[in-house]
Formats: sequence, C-alpha cells, structure tokens
Amino acid sequence: MTGPLPTGDVVVAEDLTRRFGEILAVDRLSLRVKSGQIFGLLGPNGAGKSTTIKMLTTLLEPSAGTASVAGFDIRSQPRRVRGRIGYVPQLVSADGALTAYENLNLSARLYGISSRQRKARIAEGLEFMGLSEHGGRLVKTFSGGMIRRLELAQALLHRPDLLFLDEPTIGLDPMARRTVWDKLKELRRSLNLTVLITTHDMEEADQLCDELAIMLDGRVMARGESAALKAGLGQAATLNDVFAAACGGVIRESGDYRGVGQRRRTASQLG
Amino acid sequence: MIAGQFLEQGLAIADVEARKVLRDPTELFSRAVQPVLWLVIFGRVFGRVRGIPTGHLDYTAFLAPGILAQSILFSSIFYGIGVIWERDLGIVHKLLVSPAHRSALVLGKALAAGLRGLAQAVLIYVLVCLMGIGLRWSPQALLGVVLMVAAASALFSTFSLMIACIVKTRERFMGIGQLLTMPLFFASNAIYPIALMPGWLRIAARLNPLTYVTDALRGLMIAGGGSVYGLRLDFAVIAAAFLALTAATSVLYPTIIR
Repeated sequence: MTGPLPTGDVVVAEDLTRRFGEILAVDRLSLRVKSGQIFGLLGPNGAGKSTTIKMLTTLLEPSAGTASVAGFDIRSQPRRVRGRIGYVPQLVSADGALTAYENLNLSARLYGISSRQRKARIAEGLEFMGLSEHGGRLVKTFSGGMIRRLELAQALLHRPDLLFLDEPTIGLDPMARRTVWDKLKELRRSLNLTVLITTHDMEEADQLCDELAIMLDGRVMARGESAALKAGLGQAATLNDVFAAACGGVIRESGDYRGVGQRRRTASQLG
Repeated sequence: MIAGQFLEQGLAIADVEARKVLRDPTELFSRAVQPVLWLVIFGRVFGRVRGIPTGHLDYTAFLAPGILAQSILFSSIFYGIGVIWERDLGIVHKLLVSPAHRSALVLGKALAAGLRGLAQAVLIYVLVCLMGIGLRWSPQALLGVVLMVAAASALFSTFSLMIACIVKTRERFMGIGQLLTMPLFFASNAIYPIALMPGWLRIAARLNPLTYVTDALRGLMIAGGGSVYGLRLDFAVIAAAFLALTAATSVLYPTIIR
C-alpha cells in the first residue's frame, strides 16, 4: 500500500467539525502538521483533542470539514490513511493475554507485512524498544513503561509516515515517561517521523513538541512554537501560564464520566 | 491479492483468539457442566415420561443434538461481552485503526468462535458416548457435524457481536443476552418436536435458526436419526443468516468505540 510521499504538510485539516447530538466536540478546526515535526495538541479534558485524533485516524467520521493525512483524504480514502499511520491510543491497546511477540505478529499480519519480513521487523521493533529479552513474555506481566514501549513498537512496525499518540505517558512513572520521550526523539532523529501527540503534561509538551496548539471547547485558542508562545506572555512565562491564558485563566470543570473512568483505568493499568 | 490479504487478516484474528482459549481453557470445561446436567438429569427423567413423540429414537438420543445446539447458542451468545471488554481496554481501537477490512475482523472473530464450538462439541461427544447413545461415525456425517457446529457458532457469535455494537455496555448486554437465550432455546426443536407446539410457537420455531442447527445435527450425529427439513435447507438457512449478520456487523463494528 503505497501513496504519495508526504513532503510538506502531512496533516492538513480544514474546518474539521464533530458534533455528538447537541454537543459540539470539535468546532471548525484547521490544522497543518509539517513533515518531521512533533506537533502537540494541548487542552483540558473535553477540549476535543481525542475527538480530533479519532477523526484524523478515521475512527470517527467528521460532521463537517475535510482533512488529508499522509496525502489521503480521511473521508474518501480511510483505508489508505490507516495504512500510512501508526496510532497509540490513550487506553492500553496491547493484549495482556498474548505475548509481546504475538501482539507484534498480529499487527504485522493486519498491516500486510509479508511473512518473509515479519520476523526481522518484529525483532527490530523489540530491540529498538529494549524488549528483546521479553518477546516471549505475556504482556500482562509487563510494567507500564514496557507496555507503552511495546505499543510504540506495534504502531511503528509497518513504518508509518505519521504517528498519533493520545496521551502516551499517562500513568507512567517519571523514569518510564522519560524513556518514552527519548524513544520519540530518537525516532524523529533517525526516521524523520512526524508525530501528532495530545498531552496534559506541560513538561512533556515543552520537551518534545516543535509546535503546539492549545484547544478549548473544540477550538484552537493558541498556536505556535513553545518559546514563541511563552515569549508572548513575558520573559518569565511558563507553558503553564500560556495554557492558563489560552483557557481564559479560569479553572473549568470538564470531561465526562466515561472519559474520567477511561483515564483512571489507563493510569491504574500502567502505573 | 485482496482475497489473500482478507484471508490473512481474518486468520490473524482467529489465531490470537484460539491462542487465548488454549492458554486458559477453563471456560471450555466450565461450559461443559450445563450439557451434563441437561443430558444426565433432564434427559434421563423425561426419558421415563414417554409422553414426547420422538419417533423410533430414545429421548436422550433425541435430546443430545439439541443440547449440543444449546451449548453452542449459550456460549456464543455471550461472545460479544468480550468485545465490549476489548473496547474498554483499547484493543478494538488498535484493530480498527489498522487497514484490515472490517468484515475480515468480524469473520476472524466468527472463525475463532467456530473453533471454540468444535472444542465444546468434542466434550459433548465424549459425554454422549459415555451415556451409550448411538452415534454416526462415517466421515461424511462427522464432516457435516464439524461444518454445522462451526457455522452455528459463527452465526450466534456474530449475532452477539452485533448486539454488543448496538448496546455498547456490559450491563445492557448481559440483560439482552439473558433475554434472548431462553426464548431462542424453548422456541426450537432442541428438547421437543415442533409438532407438539401451538400454532403461533410453531411459526416462531420455523423462523428460529437454532431449529435448523438442531435438525441438521439430529440427522448427522445420531445413529438412526434424520433431518426433518433436509440438510440442504438447514445449511442454506444458517449460511444465509450468517452472511446477512456479517454484513450488518461489519458496518456496526466501528461504532462500538463511539
């Protein structure tokens, strides 16, 4: 499954909108992510970050607007989009009842990696993520950091153009979190991989992202490089200040019961 | 090329499901308890009544294919709860964001359910042999049983997956599952002939796929048993229902994450 190689903008979204009944989860979002960039979507719970990612990964149809991902239209060419992206959801997507090798082998078969290439790709993925010794272990015996690294290996097995990460370090301890960051930086350095990441963690956004968009109520409230956003508020401003300013400086009660449950479950599984 | 990919994707799903069952086969053995109760207690007691017209078959011989069909129904109808669990874990997200055909994912699940059904059939065959019920051992008859057990398991598990995609929560699913199993079981020829039923129930039984599963198994499994509707019709009904449900479930499957 080959397509036009993305050279400029890997993600181009125009007026992307998603409604759930009366609720407007994403409101006319326009976005461009350049090739090789780590782009961060920030925002409080319920801001529309995960809904945006679900639309861009074709898990959810937009109510209005258009987007192309890796050169393919998300509405008319969803299978082509799926063949060119990797995705690590906020939830724990590795199957605990299978070994690491079996999880990777399942991904390889679903992505059409030929049986001749499979073993080598799986070995390479395990090695890159520091899991070579653990390929035969059931994933339910893994630590949170190991699970996340395995999920990254699964998402990268078919060598995608673009990686979507929905709060990848939620529930991880500081060491495991730093390891995930290092792996992402290494991937960008070695493969020029484009990454679109959602996070609540300002340190993560500061450390990793070349460009940020801060979302609130389904809309982008601020956008730019971290340094430029901070400079816009003053010399001593932090990304937390930028976030608070973009969100109106008001503590808002956001997120729903299901969302909170999912986040806590993920944190508990990985922690 | 596309057919090859489709087959590979379906087999990949069936493969991991089978590995999980083999790694922890507790469920297969626990599900074998209910058929034992039906055959050994219910079958023996009602066999003494002699009020149920089963032709030249002993009542336990008449009952055995019905209990195999029931066992397939009861285990397959709750298959969807596992998919709700996988959705909550995030496993479904990973499958749906792959370029795999949605219908291949659904068919892979159905194939895995077919394998589970066959494992249950083996346990029931052992039990039926121990009870001294005469079975047909010809290769054609055994192949027919294998095909019908696999097809029926695939049908009812796909039905279950479709319900899971509609109701989306474990609590609602359990309620619907309980609501469906008993009417499907009692409105069929599993434990008594349809001829004994009042007219309205007879119509319901003729529309019930479990009737055709039991009818085929009665003809293929039991020495001296026969199919009332004919094996061709039995297989055609199950195949048509399975294809229709697979088409509907392939459309509904991506909606389970919303």
